[in-house]
Order: sequence, then structure tokens, then C-alpha cells
Amino acid sequence: MANFKVNGEEHSIDVEPEMPLLWVLRDELGMTGTKFGCGIASCGACTVHVNGNAVRSCVLPVSAVEGQEVTTIEGLAESSVAYYEPGALNAVQQAWIDYQVPQCGYCQSGMIMAVSSLLTANPNPTDAEIDASINNVCRCGSYPRVRKAIRSIASA
Amino acid sequence: MKISRRRFILSSAVAGGGVLIGYAATRPSRHRVANDTLAQGEERFLTSFLKIEPDNKVTVYVSHSEMGQGSHTALAMMAADELDAAWEDVKVEQAPATDLYATGDMAVGFAAEFGVPSFLMPLIEASAMKIAQVGNLQTTGGSASIRFTGQMGMRVAGAAARQMLIQCASEQWDVSASECTTALGYVQHNASGQSLSYGELAEAAAALEPPAEPVLKDRSQFNIMGKAISRVDIPAKVDGSAFYGLDYKTDDMLFAAIRLAPVFGTKLLSVDASEALQRRGVQRVIELEDSVAVVADNYWRAKEALKLVKTEFESSENDAISSADLAARFDAELASSDGSEDFELGDAGGNLELAEDQMEASYRVPYLAHAPMEPMNCTVHLHDGIGEVWTSTQDPLAVRGRVASVAGLGENDVTHHPSYLGGGFGRRLPFNWNVIDHATKIAMEFDVPVKTVFSREDDMQQDYYRPAVTSNFKAGLDSNGKVVAWQNRYTGPVQTPGAAHIPYDIANQSIRYVDGNTHVPVAAWRSVDHSQQTFFTESFIDELAHRAGTNPFQFRMELLHEHPRHQEVLRVAAEAAGYGRNLPPGHALGLAVQESFGSICAEVAEVSIDANGRPVVHKVTAAIDCGWAVNPDTAEAQIESGIIFGLTAAMYGEITIENGRVAQNNFPDYQMVRMATAPEIDVHIVESGESLGGLGEPATPPVAAAVTNAIYILTGQRVRELPISKHDFSQDSSLAGV
Repeated sequence: MANFKVNGEEHSIDVEPEMPLLWVLRDELGMTGTKFGCGIASCGACTVHVNGNAVRSCVLPVSAVEGQEVTTIEGLAESSVAYYEPGALNAVQQAWIDYQVPQCGYCQSGMIMAVSSLLTANPNPTDAEIDASINNVCRCGSYPRVRKAIRSIASA
Repeated sequence: MKISRRRFILSSAVAGGGVLIGYAATRPSRHRVANDTLAQGEERFLTSFLKIEPDNKVTVYVSHSEMGQGSHTALAMMAADELDAAWEDVKVEQAPATDLYATGDMAVGFAAEFGVPSFLMPLIEASAMKIAQVGNLQTTGGSASIRFTGQMGMRVAGAAARQMLIQCASEQWDVSASECTTALGYVQHNASGQSLSYGELAEAAAALEPPAEPVLKDRSQFNIMGKAISRVDIPAKVDGSAFYGLDYKTDDMLFAAIRLAPVFGTKLLSVDASEALQRRGVQRVIELEDSVAVVADNYWRAKEALKLVKTEFESSENDAISSADLAARFDAELASSDGSEDFELGDAGGNLELAEDQMEASYRVPYLAHAPMEPMNCTVHLHDGIGEVWTSTQDPLAVRGRVASVAGLGENDVTHHPSYLGGGFGRRLPFNWNVIDHATKIAMEFDVPVKTVFSREDDMQQDYYRPAVTSNFKAGLDSNGKVVAWQNRYTGPVQTPGAAHIPYDIANQSIRYVDGNTHVPVAAWRSVDHSQQTFFTESFIDELAHRAGTNPFQFRMELLHEHPRHQEVLRVAAEAAGYGRNLPPGHALGLAVQESFGSICAEVAEVSIDANGRPVVHKVTAAIDCGWAVNPDTAEAQIESGIIFGLTAAMYGEITIENGRVAQNNFPDYQMVRMATAPEIDVHIVESGESLGGLGEPATPPVAAAVTNAIYILTGQRVRELPISKHDFSQDSSLAGV
């Protein structure tokens, strides 16, 4: 049995310990906000938080989150300590709306999770720090808007 | 704007009150039937329509797929503006996949503008330019949604509804319709101070005869169009609630992982699945003609078990083929044949021989995969004699037909459930059927929903690729550096006629193509032939500019004197990019321009070479004349998107064939531009007021040549083969300042 919390809720699931967290979330728990993009931790579409840190769930065995707190895009707003305002979106999500970042939107769950983790650790990142930390793939090319949206929060 | 008399506007009452206004390009009888059926509560719909309910809420039904381009928002804006609705009261819904929602406008628009693109060909009687069967077409592609469906459908439906609501109010008030005005969902009679909401009028308006030729607004009258309105789909895309095809899930669902024949066109010979069948959750192993699939209760379990399946595929004559062999085949074809005519003007051959100076250059681009972020997938549920399908597609109606035909059902027995697309770029167009066909065949073995998922590796290796193309140029210049002859021989297929044509005033031109078909399947890829051809033509014209000793901007401007719109976008982009002014040391500007899908786009790339000899693209400045922009912000986003997509292809994109199969697997060996390598992008929309042009594709073609033209200035090396990453620029021989 795998035991861990997702967005504050305890789960106990009978799955193989080596099953990646992504597929436990999507195919066992039916939480489809976290996306499958490459399966090898290259594109970042599957990014979730484990204890607040961004990880790529497509290669993370569920055994690695035993007893841990997992946050997905569905629970990001409520989980945000740094940015949480009751009833509001997380500041990153709001900036994504303000700057009209998503196009097809498929990569954006992962992009938002990666960015909110970065900003929690480093509230005012330089461009080089953004480049080093946010290497998610967006096939629609939302990168210029991602950068503007990050800067809008960082300078706020 | 004049509305053709062959178009029909129809209306009917909706159950519970309100009115439904539709518009049809096909014969009316079918739609009258549809309306009758609808009035009886059955789900039948019109080509494009809007619904007004008693509470003044307006629903716009959009027949196109939302794959990131923002057209759900822009199409609704077009209908709502003509209606004079309050935008806050407007809701957008994706129309269902039924033949009454066929996007016939798109086919009509294309046929008039360009001839028939290849992906529509099977549906169109090309010789007569006649739409033979639009009933099977609901395509999103060709940068066409706004300029065809929006202009010919959405605006017409909105304007017709507005006129009917005015007529209805004026009759109730017993005043002249010309004394009534509309705003924000209300009809007003200013003289008497009376006012009625659309919702209050809707039911009575449903009984009126719709106007045959509704009058559309002038641009000066727009209240919603032309504004940077927030996209309706974005809130769901920031909280994980947006629904994509891959997200369909039921408790009893099964998942299929598949291994297809690695060499295209070969068949499965034998399978040993004994180990796989022992794995937890595995239900069955299904053998198909060209593939084997493991079906399990979880995709990861299916995928892991598939690794244990031993397969043998038949050998074929293509087993030893490599990209080098295909390139040699293209060269041989070009050497042995003068090919078929694309465009001929004057006497290129004769003038080439007589020219003072001659130049030759051979260009090549590789196959490319689409690699949308959402891997290809399709869920099919066949039960009780009907079929249901969930798949992200650029053509729900065609998918419905395909699933029906594979499963042996009638088209009306299959329902496609709409979803957002995690990228399309041409991969999800009709005729790129592999995932649909396989998913349907697998699902035929079960009575629960089965979701077939291509892994990223499958997606990369089982795509329908952008064609690899070789293009051989010859040009002649006279003693003044004037180009007197332009000859281009390239390998086909020709998917978008005109992509290899040039806007430049050269009196003698000969553009011909030879057969470039191989065993590698090909399809439309964002901007279709324009992405390859613009790299070729805009590079070679740059070579000629340097040969003539004229700066590439001036050289183009002089040859474009009959194309003022091209000149203007070049001028705007060059000016904004600082062309001719001082740049940071080691930086250079390259430029390119191309007309595609009704828009003209110029791009200027600012590039330097880093210490490792690798090009760095700092900034791309774009100017696009798309006539005017329905939503300037989504327009700008599409230009940014098109540039990044084209830059990824130019810098890194390459699908190579080894032993008959695709060598690349996943993003590490099919690299993408990411944050660290994405340039700053500066977009200028040039509103010429001409007909609306497309926006989804026209920014992709120019960027490759803009970058390589800058690299030439920096290094003296002319990049004639993509991707750029294959080239070494560490041997600096800078021409900067020359």
C-alpha cells in the first residue's frame, strides 16, 4: 500500500511501489490536471510539488512519496503559503490570467507548479535563475509571456 | 461586406423560450428539417449559430477546435459584436460533431483564395472547384477559422439576429425599425425612451423570417472586435480543470499501450506475449495487422508489460534506407527530370545563360515531427450498437466518420465528445488516422471504454511528418547586380500551392518540382510548405543581395515595388529592430518576409555567436499585415507562438531515417526551444484594412531564414541545410560591418 497526502487529503492505494506518481494520480485517483508529456522527466508537464518542492512525477516512484505531502495544480491555490489569499487563485495562476500566458494550455499545469516552487524558494529570480530553473517545454511558445508573468510577481 | 445569396439564415424557437439563429452555406431544406427536429427537442444543429435565452444570456456555438490559437474567444467576439450583446453575457460552447456543423466556409474560402489544400482534397471535387461533400468536414487548420467561419458565419449570424430583434421590438412599439438602436443586449427606442432586452424579445423574434442579407458593421462601429479581450479558455487552463482528450476517465476504463511496425508500411509477423500476460493488471494482448497492444487497467501497467512482449515484424525493401539515401534519391530525381510546372514567367533558361553573373545553391531541410505536448491518444467505447469517442482532434466530424467506418457503424451512431487540444499543428488533422484506427480496433475487443495512448516515443516515430525537401536554385544577374533570371527546382509533394512563389519583381522565373515521395508518411505541419520554401527562397534572395553588393533590406525593397504591403511590413519590422543603426558588438540582423494564409509577415532576427561557436537568437521583431486583428492580444500571442515553433525547427528540428525507421525518440534527441533559448519577441500588427488574414501559421515561415541570414553576416557561412545545430560556427570569419 502506498500512503501519502494529495492536496491535504490522505490516500492509501494498493499499487506497485515503482509505479510513477503521475500514473497513480491520473489513472488511479482520476486527478487529470497533472499532465503526461514525455515520460522521462524532460518536458516538465507532469510537475507537482512534494513537500512544496517541484518534482517531475512521471519518473518519481510512488514509494518515494510515502508519508509525504503532494500538491497538484488542483490544490495549488489552497496550498500556497507565500501567496495565498482566501478565495483567490495562487499569485502565479492569477499572473497567468493577467498576462494571458496559456495557449493550448497542456504544459501550463507543470509550468505553473515549477514557477510557484521557484518563487517560493527565490521570490525575486534573475533571468538566468529563471532560465536555469524553468526548463519546461511549451510547444506553443508561451515563454515570453511566462517570463513577463514571473517578473510581474517578482517585482510586486 | 456582401453576403452571397447562396447562404441561408434560419431561426427557430428554443424549448423554454428564446431564439436560435443559424446560418448555412448549404441548401436550406436540410436545415429546415434540422430546426423542426430541434424544436422537438432533438439535438440537431446548424452550421454556426447563437442562442439567446430569456435571461439575456447568449451562447455562441463554435464549430472549430480550440488548440491554443484562441479562436473560441475570437469567433464568439465576432458574433457578439454584430449582435451588440454584452460580452459578460456571452458564453462559448464547442459545437457537436454533426454534419450540420460542417465547416463548409473554410473549404469555400480556400477554394476561392488558393485552390484546394491537400488535406481537403478528398472532400472536394477539385477540377470544378466544387465542394462535393462538406458534410464530412469540420476542420480547424489553414489559419482559417476567423477569416472564413468568423467572417462568413459568425458575423452573419450575429447581424441577422440583431436585425430580427430590432424588427420584433419595433413591431411591439409600433415604431419604425430605423428609429431603434441596440447596445449591450437591449433594443432601444430613444424617442420614446422604451427599451427591451434581447431575452425578452427572443421568443417572439424566433417567429420572424430572418433577413436574407443582413448588414454587417463597419470597423468604426465595432464594440468588441478589435479589443484585447481575455480568452475564455484560460481560467480553466491555470487550475487543472481544462479537459483534454487524454483526460477522459471512468472507473471501468482500460488502457492500451501499443507497439507499431517501426518501418512504415510493414506488418506484424509474430508475437510472444507470455511474460506480459503475467503482469499485474494486464487484461489482454491484442494483435493487429501492423502492431501489438497490451490492454491493462492502468496505462503505466500496459506500457511496462508491453516492454516484455517479443515481436517480429516483416522485413521490407525499406529496411536499409537512411536519410542520406533519401537525399541522394532527391538529388537523382532533380538531376534526371525537369519536373512539373509550378510557376513559369518569361524565359528563365535563356536569360540564365546570357546573364553576366550566375549563382547556384542547393538547400535541404529534413523531415520534422509535430510533437504536440499532449501525446496522441484516443478513447473509444463501443457498446449497445453505438460508439463514443474522446480524442483531441482538429476535425471531430471526420473522426466520427472514421471511427464509424472502422467499427462498421453508421456515422450517426457515433458521438465525438469535444475537448481542448494539447496542441495540434497539423498532427490532429483528418487522414493522420493511425491513433484513431488503432484505438477503434482495440476497443472493438471490449465493451468498456479503452484509452489508447501513444507514448512520446510512439508519437515521435509514428507521426505524419513535415516533408523533407531539397531545393536547387540558379539565378542570373546583369552587370548592375539586377536579377534577370530565377530558377528553382525542388522536391514535392506540393501541399500548399504557391508556397515556393516569390513576390520579387524578377522578369524571368522557372519554378518546377519533382517527385519527393518516399515510404515516410507526410502531412501538413504548421504553415505547411511555407516553412520549408520560405527558408529556401528568403535565403537565396539574401545570397543574391550580397552578391549584388546591396544590403538585403534595400535589395528586397527595390524588388517589391509592386507589393506595397510587403514593403510596409519589412519597413516596420526593420525600423523597430533597429536595422541600419548601431547594434551591440558581435550582433547582426537578418530578415525575411513571406505571405501565407492571407497575411504577410516580416521578421528580423538579432543574432550573435557565443564563445562555443553556437548562434544565440536574442530578439525577433515581427511585423504582420493580417488586414486587421479581431483580438490584438491573441493575434500577438499567435505571432510569438509561430516564431518559437519555427525557431525550434530551424535551430534543432530533425527527424532522421535510419534502417527505414525514425531514429529520434523523445525531447532529448528532438530538442525544443525552452526559456533559456527563447528570444525576446516584439510584434507589430500592421492594420492595412485589407481582408482578414490568418494568424496561426504565417509567423512560422520567415524565422529560419531571418536567423540564418544574420548568421551569414556574422560568420560568412551560408546555412543551406537545417537544422542550424548541425553547423559549426567556431571558425569566425565575420562579415559584420561589411
